[in-house]
Amino acid sequence: MNNLNDNFSFNKTNERKAEKILAKYPTDRKQSAIMPLLDLAQRQNGNWLSRDVVEYVANYIEMPFIKAWEVVTFYSMYYTKYNGKYLVQVCGTTPCWLRGSDQVAKACKEMISPDQNTLSKDGLFSWMQVECLGACVNAPLVQINDDYYEDLTYDTTKNILQSLMDGIEIKVGSQNGRTSSKAVS
Amino acid sequence: MLKEKDKIFTNLFGDETYSLKSAQKRGEWNNTKSLIKKGRDWIIDEMKKSELRGRGGAGFPTGLKWSFMPKDPALNNYLVVNADESEPGTCKDRDMIRNEPHKLIEGCLLASFAMNAHTCYIYIRGEYFNEAVVLQNAIDEAYEAGLVGKNAANSGWDFDIYLHRGAGAYICGEETALLESLEGKKGFPRLKPPFPANKGLYGSPTTVNNVETIAVVPTILRRGGEWFSSFGREKNTGTKVFCISGHVNNPCNIEEEMGIPLRELIEKHAGGVIGGWDNLKAIIPGGSSVPLIPKNICDSVLMDFDSLTEVKSGLGTAAVIVMDKSTDLVKAISKLSYFYKHESCGQCTPCREGTGWLWRMMEKIGEGNATSTDIDKLLDVTKQIEGHTICALGDAAAWPIQGLFRHFREEIEESLTKIRAA
Repeated sequence: MNNLNDNFSFNKTNERKAEKILAKYPTDRKQSAIMPLLDLAQRQNGNWLSRDVVEYVANYIEMPFIKAWEVVTFYSMYYTKYNGKYLVQVCGTTPCWLRGSDQVAKACKEMISPDQNTLSKDGLFSWMQVECLGACVNAPLVQINDDYYEDLTYDTTKNILQSLMDGIEIKVGSQNGRTSSKAVS
Repeated sequence: MLKEKDKIFTNLFGDETYSLKSAQKRGEWNNTKSLIKKGRDWIIDEMKKSELRGRGGAGFPTGLKWSFMPKDPALNNYLVVNADESEPGTCKDRDMIRNEPHKLIEGCLLASFAMNAHTCYIYIRGEYFNEAVVLQNAIDEAYEAGLVGKNAANSGWDFDIYLHRGAGAYICGEETALLESLEGKKGFPRLKPPFPANKGLYGSPTTVNNVETIAVVPTILRRGGEWFSSFGREKNTGTKVFCISGHVNNPCNIEEEMGIPLRELIEKHAGGVIGGWDNLKAIIPGGSSVPLIPKNICDSVLMDFDSLTEVKSGLGTAAVIVMDKSTDLVKAISKLSYFYKHESCGQCTPCREGTGWLWRMMEKIGEGNATSTDIDKLLDVTKQIEGHTICALGDAAAWPIQGLFRHFREEIEESLTKIRAA
């Protein structure tokens, strides 16, 4: 756990978003907002949560820090360290594995870093193997930040990563030309 | 084969937009008020007639579940929709959310009214970020059009609907863990009783339903419970969205009639098994938690709750994971064991310790470094986990391993003997 980010507070836009989030739950049940607020804070903070960011969010809804920290460490989508500008999550569960997720991981190893959870040389990328992302009929797939890239091969994975490195826009979703989860006919 | 006119999800693949205008053209939100005016007893009765069984995996009759909700108007009943779709193999709710969100929202209103709930939360898995954006847009559209909110759809019923994003925990698909998570805690399943229908969200009566269960409600009420129950067979009725993944030529989601033969499902919609039907080794027919079935059972089994229970498997979420003869089955199941180890919440000792133990033993077998006694011990441990935990994750970790050795023990032992001899 690093403490690099002093004096965190929501910016104006996010303050408005936080108010909207709180309005979803009964006024005496503010703790319900912890997950969306942590997500909001994480986005503002460069996609990771330091201790003082979590403290800020806990205070924001009058929740003990330790309860908030329990939430941070229980769920896999809160990150307690910086993962680069692009976090590439490779699904490796059985339906993806059956269709070649090892090749997708291989492309990530070659293009980003031999080990997962390790920043690339330029500090912009990291990758990790994750459990089922829930798009199994479009396997294998990766999630890069908020977006899914589906129906991948070793080559298309490399193309996607190269495009991100070169700042070229890429199409989100299936990479084999089909629409969503419809069978190719 | 299900006729186009009998499909509920006519925009499952997003050929048209998800917008309110487009959804209304497809018949959604058409005089919703008139359905509500028929009263909650009528709605629950139609749901009972439809014989719809919950689409989240357990298959509990929906109408009956709804009837458990207390009718006292002084209580703060809740409907919570489980959109935490995380069962490996399953990705049907995702398509409904991103391409047919208004079916879900309208279903939420009708179900909430039937259960005396003025508030509904939809809990969507955190990874479905873009899907959550779509669903929130659709909810906003519905509010603007007066279809939800005060006097929803001019029905006289006040109804609020909120979206809550999860953050990556399979266990939150378990209904009481989901409620804990929605209350802002880590997702530890609750001991039952009390059941959510008595004490659920914030201690109030709550029903948790899967996305598909709720999304089919408007169509069932418009076309009639008997229309829905005319598909499939008794107690296994209706249409169902199947997810076909793994070793098929064209993996896809597809809505079909309940009870369609497994082989027909795969050959008509997914382009068949890679290398042909005879190249099939085994299929997990209902998401990772259900035991696999070998080809000879796949040859004739029907895809419904009772048929798959008869062959000691289950329909689960109807996620069909196909494995051809090139598959290392031990490795395929071991990966699922790793999944359960990773996703165990750690609350119950048999599951927390047992899932890791199962995975390590499966890896050992996969490496060829095991004996018949090890397999006996492994199966014994699955029995010690099964039924000894608060929630069903322990069972779900045990069943795939039991299924593997039920059908392939001889083959696996032969290969272990060969490795030892070499």
